[in-house]
Amino acid sequence: MTSRRGFLERFVQLTFGALGAVVVYPVLRFLSPPHVAEDRSARVLAAKVADLSRDGWKIFPFGSEPGILVEVAPGEYRAFSATCTHLECTVQMEKASHRIWCACHNGYYDLEGRNVAGPPPRPLTRFTVHVEGEDIYVSRA
Amino acid sequence: MTPVASRVAGWLRDRVGLSGLEHVVQTKTVPVHRHSAWYYFGGMTLFFFTIQVTTGILLMLYYKPSVQEAHESIQFIMTQVSFGWLIRSIHSWSANLMVATAFIHLFSVLLMKAYRPPRELTWMSGFVLLVLVLGFGFSGYLLPWNKLAYFATRVGTDIAGSVPVVGGFLLRFLRGGDHVSGSTLSRFYGWHVAILPAITTFLIVLHLVLVQRHGMSIPPSEERHGVPVRRMRFVPDFLLRDVFGWILALGVLAALAALFPWELGEKADPFAPAPPDIRPEWYFMAMFQALRLIPGGSLFGLENETYLILGFGAVGLLAFLLPLIDRRVVREGRSPLVTLAGVFGLAFLVGFTAIGYRAWWPVWATLLIAAGGWMAGRMAVSRQEGNS
Repeated sequence: MTSRRGFLERFVQLTFGALGAVVVYPVLRFLSPPHVAEDRSARVLAAKVADLSRDGWKIFPFGSEPGILVEVAPGEYRAFSATCTHLECTVQMEKASHRIWCACHNGYYDLEGRNVAGPPPRPLTRFTVHVEGEDIYVSRA
Repeated sequence: MTPVASRVAGWLRDRVGLSGLEHVVQTKTVPVHRHSAWYYFGGMTLFFFTIQVTTGILLMLYYKPSVQEAHESIQFIMTQVSFGWLIRSIHSWSANLMVATAFIHLFSVLLMKAYRPPRELTWMSGFVLLVLVLGFGFSGYLLPWNKLAYFATRVGTDIAGSVPVVGGFLLRFLRGGDHVSGSTLSRFYGWHVAILPAITTFLIVLHLVLVQRHGMSIPPSEERHGVPVRRMRFVPDFLLRDVFGWILALGVLAALAALFPWELGEKADPFAPAPPDIRPEWYFMAMFQALRLIPGGSLFGLENETYLILGFGAVGLLAFLLPLIDRRVVREGRSPLVTLAGVFGLAFLVGFTAIGYRAWWPVWATLLIAAGGWMAGRMAVSRQEGNS
C-alpha cells in the first residue's frame, strides 16, 4: 500500500506528464505538413515540334516535377521523368554520347531510359508521347 | 535523485560550473506581505514570452511574408495544418495576455516604488521591455495582411510621421518607403522575428540578472512598519506557486484559443475604403481615443494632435527616467506625487480604453479603484503618523 506522500508524488508526476503530452502532441502534429493536392493532370502540352528541332531535347514541367522530352530520330520523340532515380537531381541530354546524363553524381541513362552507368539504381519512368500537328503532348504511360 | 540523475548532475556541475545559479537557488527569498501577490506578474509575463517564442517559431514554418501570400499562408495554417488554428490562436491570445501582465507588472512596480536605488537599471530595462512588447504587438498585427491591420499600420506609422523634425525619416524608416506596401510587410516581419527578439532577449537577461542581484524589493509602506518582513524561499516554495500560476495561465490561454480562435479577417486591399469598425488593438485604444478627441486645427505652426503625440512621448521619457527623477522616495521613503501620477496614468489608460469601446462601466470602476487607492494611501500614512 502506498503512503499518502507517495500517492501525491505519483499524482503530481502524472498530472505534469499529461500536461506535457497535451502540449507536445499538437506541436508534433503541427510540424508535419498537410498533404497539398498535387497537379495530377494526366496530359500536358510539353513542347512544339519547332522547339526540339534545334537542341533535340527539352525539359518541360509535368505537374510539379520536370520531364524530359528527347527527339531520338527525326520526328520520333520519347519522354521520361527528368528526376534522376539516384538522388532526385534533374537529368539532361548529353548530345556527344547520345545518352541522358545526371550531373550530380555522373549517372547515365540510355535513350530507353535504362540506367547504364554510374550510381542510378533504376531506369527513368517513361511517359507516352502523342504528336498532334505541331504540338507534342505527353501523358502518363 | 536516482543514482544516474545525480551522476549526470555532478558531471554537468564539474563542467558548466553554474555556482552563481546554485547560489541563487539556495539563498534567494521572497518577502511575504500583503502586496506579495504582485510579485507574480513579472514571471507571468516571462511565461507568456516563452510561449510567444515557441509558437512564433512554429508559425514561421508555414508563414510567407509577402503581399501575395501572407494572408493565404495564414488561411492555410488556420484551415489545413494540423492544430494550426490552435498554434496561431495561442500566439495571438498569449500576445494580448502578455501585454496585460506587462502593464500590471509595470504599475505594481511603480506603485510599490520598486524602482528605488539600486534598482534604477532594472526599472529602465523593464520599461524598454514594455515598449518592445508593444513593438511586437504593432509589428505582428500587420503580418496577416488583413484590412484592419493594413489601416492600423497606416494610422500608426502616420502618427510616428507627424513628430516634428524626425517624422519624415521615421515614417520612411518604419514603412520601408512612402506607403504601407509589401516593403512594409517585409520590414515588419524582420523586426518581429529577428530584431525585436534579439534586443528583447538581451534585455530580459539583463533584467533578470539585475533582479537576482538585488533581490525582491520591499515596498516602503512595509519597510516603515519597522518589523523585519517575513520571507519565503524562492526555490521551491515561491517557484511552485509561480508554476501553479503558469498552469492556470496556460489553462486560460488554451480555453480562449479553443473557444475564440483568432479571426483572420479579409485580405487587405490598398484601394478599398477603411472599414467602419476600424480600431487598433486594445492596448493602443486609449491613445487612439485621446487622439480622436483632439479638435482639428493648428497652434504655433504645429497641428493640434502633434502636441498630444509629443506629450505621450514626454510622459514615456519621464517614466523611463523616473528612478533618476524621484529623489524624494530616496530621502523620505515616500513620494505621493509619483503615486498620484501612477494612479492618474492607470485611470487614463482604463478610462480612455473604456470610452474607446463605448463602455462606461470600466470608467466608474477606474474611478472607484483610484478612490480606493487614495483612501488606502491616506490610511497607511495616518497609521504611520500614529505609530511614530
